[in-house]
Amino acid sequence: MSILVIAEPSTGDVKKPTLTTLGAAAKIGGTADVLVLGQGVAAAADATAKVAGVGTVLVADAAEYAHALAENVAPLVAAAVKAGGYGHVLFAATTFGKNVAPRVAALLDVQPISEISAVVSADTFERPIYAGNAVATVQSADAVKVVTVRGTAFEAVAATGGSGSVTALAATGEAGLSSFVSAELTKSERPELTSARVIVSGGRGMQSGDNFHMLDTLADKLGAAVGASRAAVDAGFVPNDYQVGQTGKIVAPELYIAVGISGAIQHLAGMKDSKVIVAINKDEEAPIFQIADYGLVADLFKAVPELTEAVSK
Amino acid sequence: MKILVAVKRVVDYNVKIRVKPDNTGVELANVKMSMNPFDEIAVEEAVRLKEKGAATEIVVVSIGPASAQETIRTALAMGADRGILVQTDAEVQPLAVAKTLKTLVEKEQPQLVILGKQAIDDDSNQTGQMLAALLGWAQGTFASKVEPAAGTVAVTREVDGGLETLSLKLPAIVTADLRLNEPRYASLPNIMKAKKKPIETIDPAALGADFTPRLKTLKVTEPPKRQGGVKVGSVQELVAKLRDEARVI
Repeated sequence: MSILVIAEPSTGDVKKPTLTTLGAAAKIGGTADVLVLGQGVAAAADATAKVAGVGTVLVADAAEYAHALAENVAPLVAAAVKAGGYGHVLFAATTFGKNVAPRVAALLDVQPISEISAVVSADTFERPIYAGNAVATVQSADAVKVVTVRGTAFEAVAATGGSGSVTALAATGEAGLSSFVSAELTKSERPELTSARVIVSGGRGMQSGDNFHMLDTLADKLGAAVGASRAAVDAGFVPNDYQVGQTGKIVAPELYIAVGISGAIQHLAGMKDSKVIVAINKDEEAPIFQIADYGLVADLFKAVPELTEAVSK
Repeated sequence: MKILVAVKRVVDYNVKIRVKPDNTGVELANVKMSMNPFDEIAVEEAVRLKEKGAATEIVVVSIGPASAQETIRTALAMGADRGILVQTDAEVQPLAVAKTLKTLVEKEQPQLVILGKQAIDDDSNQTGQMLAALLGWAQGTFASKVEPAAGTVAVTREVDGGLETLSLKLPAIVTADLRLNEPRYASLPNIMKAKKKPIETIDPAALGADFTPRLKTLKVTEPPKRQGGVKVGSVQELVAKLRDEARVI
């Protein structure tokens, strides 16, 4: 049985979540084909064929896939799975994958498996539950396993070295249920949160959106991404896509610097697998200190500029 | 427009989760239970749509044990009109939930179904999407804004890169994200009034529901514990540790 990985939508490079999902596919074993969908995705398909270990790249290039609407994409994926006789369908656990995978699973009449963090065998997986406070080992009885993959739990495969073939796939048409209106995407020169080596994250203690510029400066010195706790996003300090936590982004950088974040379990669920955690908070009782490798009890408005200065040397 | 809202009774989000010593699950005995926080947001959105005149009736559905009546009562106290409990003590996985909700949707004929985007117990984030697929309806997941118009609803979604707005043909499914609204606390008079609102209890067999699990939980374990570290006295000490000990900068 082979595996079909649904590529994270892209019109150019292969996205990191696609590479980590292929990493999970390698743990399951067997060949992995990749479905690239969108409009004007020829370059993305060629780039995907060069990814290490990829078998066939199936390309669905049509106007109805331009915005990756679930209503149009799910029938395409379901048809590809049936035609190819795939035993596994893997998506990255991104907002794209989380939106589309269950819709595909329902069309195939199977129970999907969300956000796996380990592969035990071809039908058995580990996944975090209760905001990561417990880990369930689950075995699927379905003929096709529809799975989303937690990016921080798997190694990305190499983006080069492969020699897959590219095959066009017939488009399945416009479902006529939904249409794209607009997008407000955050533009940033910094690395993406989910692939950054270092993350500087701010919480309610930052007190305002303006004060986040202090973290931007520190992040630029460290080549880091900037994140936030739910409290900071809810307060309107920063946009929603900054949020790290149970229901935001799951990250595991080499260094996570939590500034003015108390450490609610919902936030810890999103970052506790980071290699090194630093916490800066003036409240020495803050729960974040229980999991931080290095805790600094200090006024962040003094400590952050000092830290920025010190790392510049 | 009639709105159907699905709610789930889960371990309260403030409870510290304990894995059972025999690794069969988490400790649920004598643990505080509440409405799933995302479902509360879904109920609130429905009530606001009704207050704005965009909705006429709100039906709240739950699938679960007899005690899920309380969860439905909470939704009724917030402003929903009536409740339906599909009563079962079985573990009901998202695909079976979606199939059961589909049967109820066909019976109730709502124009909009609002659900929480995920339940904070199994963290699946699947039911809304699967219900949409089974009904052949549009889906607006992870919603932070919902604006109905004639025959359509505009849904702004929280996506990885920021926000995205879609227009969905009605009837449609919406799943609520955190910033869609801030749920109200039910007032005492409304709690009293909710006691008189009707809740219909349905036997799953009457709906032809099959709750046979497709996923078998082999074990539930504690995640690896993170060792607490050290407190440093100054920024200089912190930087020295990060450079020389952790070697991450």
